[in-house]
Amino acid sequence: MNLAIRDIRYHRGRFILTSIGLGLLLGVVMSMGGIYRGLFADALTILTITKADIWVVQQDTNGPFAENSRIPEDIKYRIKAVPGVALASPLSFQTIQIDRSDKPLRFFLIGFDLNGFGGPPVILAGRNIRRKHYEMVVAQGMKMEIGEKIRLGLHDYTVVGITGKVVSSSGDPAAFVTLADAQEIQFKKDNDAIRNDRQRIGANLSGMQTLSPAQANYLRQNIAGITESTHTVNTVVARLAPGANVHEVQERIRRWNHFRPISVEEQTKILTKGMIEKARMQLGLFRMVLLVISAVIISLIIYTSTLDKIKVIATLKLIGSRNRVIVGMILQQSLLMGVIAYGIGYLLILLTYERFPRRIVLEPFDLQLLFAIVMAICVIASFVGIRKALKVEPAEALGG
Amino acid sequence: MANSMYAIEVENLTKIYGKGETAVIAIADATFQVKPGELVAILGPSGSGKTTLLTSIGLINEPTHGKVIIDDTIVADEGWVSGIDLKQLRREKLGFIFQAHNLIPFLTALENVMIALEINRLSRREAKRRATELLISLNLGHRLNNYPTALSGGEAQRVAIARALANRPKVILADEPTAALDTENGKNVMDLLKKLAVENHSAILVVTHDRRMVEGFDRIFEVHDGRIAS
Repeated sequence: MNLAIRDIRYHRGRFILTSIGLGLLLGVVMSMGGIYRGLFADALTILTITKADIWVVQQDTNGPFAENSRIPEDIKYRIKAVPGVALASPLSFQTIQIDRSDKPLRFFLIGFDLNGFGGPPVILAGRNIRRKHYEMVVAQGMKMEIGEKIRLGLHDYTVVGITGKVVSSSGDPAAFVTLADAQEIQFKKDNDAIRNDRQRIGANLSGMQTLSPAQANYLRQNIAGITESTHTVNTVVARLAPGANVHEVQERIRRWNHFRPISVEEQTKILTKGMIEKARMQLGLFRMVLLVISAVIISLIIYTSTLDKIKVIATLKLIGSRNRVIVGMILQQSLLMGVIAYGIGYLLILLTYERFPRRIVLEPFDLQLLFAIVMAICVIASFVGIRKALKVEPAEALGG
Repeated sequence: MANSMYAIEVENLTKIYGKGETAVIAIADATFQVKPGELVAILGPSGSGKTTLLTSIGLINEPTHGKVIIDDTIVADEGWVSGIDLKQLRREKLGFIFQAHNLIPFLTALENVMIALEINRLSRREAKRRATELLISLNLGHRLNNYPTALSGGEAQRVAIARALANRPKVILADEPTAALDTENGKNVMDLLKKLAVENHSAILVVTHDRRMVEGFDRIFEVHDGRIAS
């Protein structure tokens, strides 16, 4: 006869409520793990969808995600000419926050070359960008509709397509525009600033007596052209030809002295170790604290449940029950509570994880590991109850 | 092993709690025997030592001095006899009836009897068969699947008696079995014990403080300040 099941069946209301409470706690632990995996997945999304082998960024920076990086757009031609490089494409990244329907809309704007790569990985609705200007493809997470317009910089942009779950390392949904549009949004100065720059350059050149008016005018036009240029990108990504050695290509680009070629492995390390390390540690600590709390709660529940059964245990001992019957009853209840609470927690997360503001990634390994930890906690937590039960004297069954 | 006609033999049983100046003699030099089928009452006021006597015979409370023999097995001789499995002896030779029935609240009447049989390694099927028979014989056939909370005091005590009888013990020890019952139910329980002593040929030792309940008992011992007088 299974005493644990009989007891649970008799006190099912109390047991279910306790399991639900514990299940909610375990659900939070699971979600923490899911958030951590989500951080990881988010951080690597753009790296993954770009499918680049090398990220060329400004020298001495960890760009373009961890640090600012600005390099000239036309460096793509030089990179493309490096032996072993099959494709090179410039990319621009910036985080934008605008007001939409009186609510802040924060997103990660990616500018890509229509003739290159690094654009939307998939089009779920609508189409990809075809025109050079004022069209955009947005990620599902932006909750925008095809044909909807938003103002970015000096122009209105029309949503022509919806892509999948593309997010920045901060979890902001991504939007794609052409590189030219992205550069204009990021680098184009407003008219007042352009007028001021031109006047300052003109004033400086007019003070130089050695220049003829024609030379001064020529210089003024050239310098203004340079300062007003938007042909800057954050990175140029490269895909290697089959069989090419990534280290050799990196070495060649590094020799130019003005750029840092970052391999996918290095970029992954920058994104995961550097950018989300603290968040990971924070979440890890939270998970540990919550697991300790769960252990304490299970211990208390099992202990008080054992105290409730002192007379039952004493009676069982008096009628000659072996210790393992009593130990089994307590241990099985503890394990069953863990299993049910885990199931409730899992169900809770399964039903709600899509609604979390940040991505929750439930990895089977994490879930299995957590299950094993919960079972271990249940076994350890039951020790306090078992210890108490083993100390109960049969004589306690006597008397009123 | 002794060879005796008694189910219970107690020789110079003494139980002392504490040591030195704080020592309390709960039972002093108790000597008596109970035959199989004999119904014996131990009467005495609270604190007289009657429950200590019962627990010493019930293999719960180790005697300080003296000898206890249960169904020809010497269990205590100046302390527990080494190598004796007290739990096994309790399972096989003793049945207990308590003041407050002590039924397991999360088991039905049937399961409460079955548990005693299953603890004694009887198969589930056989345990169910025997427990059902027992409960029916005690007029509890209609209460098999009721939890103790749904039983009256008298019914609960009869289930407890069924549990005590389940393993057909040689000795039944009852600690104030009528204390939680009204007079009528108390008398019914005592009548039942008398009947069972005869039918099952079990020695029944009943501890009580209620003199009215021990009418018709084969023998009555009175305990005062740890000393037995018959």
